[in-house]
Amino acid sequence: MNPKTAQKIAFSLLFIVTLLIIVPVLLIVFIIVKEGASAISWEFLFTAPKDGMRAGGIFPAIVGTLSIVLCAIAVTLPMGVMAAIYLNEYAKDNLLTRIIKLSIVNLAGVPSVVYGLFGLAVFVMFLKMGVSIIAGALTLSIMELPVIITTSRNALNSVPQSFREASLSLGVSKWQTIRHVVLPNALPGIMTGAILSIARISGETAPILFTAAAFYVPHLPRSVFDQVMALPYHLYIISTQIPNMPANITYGTALVLLVLVLAMSLAAISMRIYFRKKKKW
Amino acid sequence: MLSRNFTDSLIEKLIFACGFAAIILVSLIFFFLLREGLGFFAQYNIKEFISGHFWYPTSKPAGFGILPLIMGSLFVTLGAAVIAVPVGVMAAFYISEVAPVAVRDILKSGIELLAAIPSVVIGFIGMVTLVPLVRVIFDIPTGLSAFSGALMLAFMAMPTIVSISEDAIRSVPGTYKEGALALGATKWQTMYRIILPAAAPGILAAVMLGIGRVIGETMAVMMITGNAAAIPDTIFDPVRTMTATIAAEMGETVKGSMHYKGLFAIGLVLFVITFIINFIADSFLNRVKK
Repeated sequence: MNPKTAQKIAFSLLFIVTLLIIVPVLLIVFIIVKEGASAISWEFLFTAPKDGMRAGGIFPAIVGTLSIVLCAIAVTLPMGVMAAIYLNEYAKDNLLTRIIKLSIVNLAGVPSVVYGLFGLAVFVMFLKMGVSIIAGALTLSIMELPVIITTSRNALNSVPQSFREASLSLGVSKWQTIRHVVLPNALPGIMTGAILSIARISGETAPILFTAAAFYVPHLPRSVFDQVMALPYHLYIISTQIPNMPANITYGTALVLLVLVLAMSLAAISMRIYFRKKKKW
Repeated sequence: MLSRNFTDSLIEKLIFACGFAAIILVSLIFFFLLREGLGFFAQYNIKEFISGHFWYPTSKPAGFGILPLIMGSLFVTLGAAVIAVPVGVMAAFYISEVAPVAVRDILKSGIELLAAIPSVVIGFIGMVTLVPLVRVIFDIPTGLSAFSGALMLAFMAMPTIVSISEDAIRSVPGTYKEGALALGATKWQTMYRIILPAAAPGILAAVMLGIGRVIGETMAVMMITGNAAAIPDTIFDPVRTMTATIAAEMGETVKGSMHYKGLFAIGLVLFVITFIINFIADSFLNRVKK
């Protein structure tokens, strides 16, 4: 076969295969928006479920998810950024650093349900926090730690070395240099990573199954030691455990979760594009 | 007021501690899984656990053989890999080498979008769209099968496989490509004769990480594969994976019972499997860097 023809056929094939991934993504979003839009109303967003979930709204689940996620990010973001500073600015290339890096890689690969087991064993049982917002949030924060470390490290790494040298040559201490020169320049990258992480943990179900989520709690959480309903868990429950569930409520719940997650992801992605254009180096 | 030197060194100590936290956490996870899991193996034969054919955790006498669950995970994972690896690698080539810049940005955003969709949403959509479709097309009693799970998981592994393969392809030195093109090779010949072999270690790492993601996936798989803890004969049988078993049963166990500990033992098996996969993938990636 003529190499030119072969190339044409091959490239078309590659294009079609790529569409095989992209088209279903759009289809999923389209189906959920189309079927779920009719369920969205003031009442749906701001009241509790009724009639064994078959009517009413999903307000407690929304509040529950937000509280778990905010607690989780409050723990994981400072810890992750500091670990990233250590790895990027302080760590020497020795065995210890290699072990730390390997641990992070492995932490990133642990299945989410195993994090759930860990959270159950440590936070719920061993530290006696019970099934609660705080236990779920800590579980999620550990799960998200490697992601935060990796994205923050990339952000720190992209700050040019000359910035650090200029500051150090003026007699500024190492930490002051990091604090006033490196961090401000890495901040957009770190924030983008943080928002993507918030989006990701908002949709996580398995880690909170036995650490935070409750089937049905009609009132809002009063403290971090309360069990809560959570959006992803609620979607799992109503789509598998409840017979005769009105379809539009299930789709509506999926839509709210999807909008929450995608809005944050899109915000992070556009932020990244914006700062990439603005960057001077 | 505290001296600047003092606060500086305090903050630096905190930063070192956070660096070590990663090692401590990995050891802690292993320790707690081991603590609960070993209690299980003290009372139950480990060989019986791995090779037993029956997972009857609540009957008397109870059976804790996880072979059906291992087979379930294996069927779903292999099925997903067979689909996801060629599709993902081809898409990565298209995105990094063929697509015009504008198209590439759209495709990459689409894949990022996919990565952001929660697994429970994908599971739900799979239940209402894919599962009935599979049942009708293959004329089987239920569409809740290993096959549906494999399809869905292949889809979910795409962001990992595509983005890491793409990095590998992009890190092939431009001179390789220019050399081939200068000798009169077409773009396509350059891609599969030069770039593919040069990027192979990175692509292998992408595949390993994708498989790691598939083995660990829980919610979608629990909703789609039918949850039958029996050794499957074909890929169209309902199965139950290790992850789904933990997620589905932990809520109903008595804390501290054999069933509870048995689920931790499964978690331990999963931890070890993913640890090995990540270790290998990481060594491939390190080789790429050198």
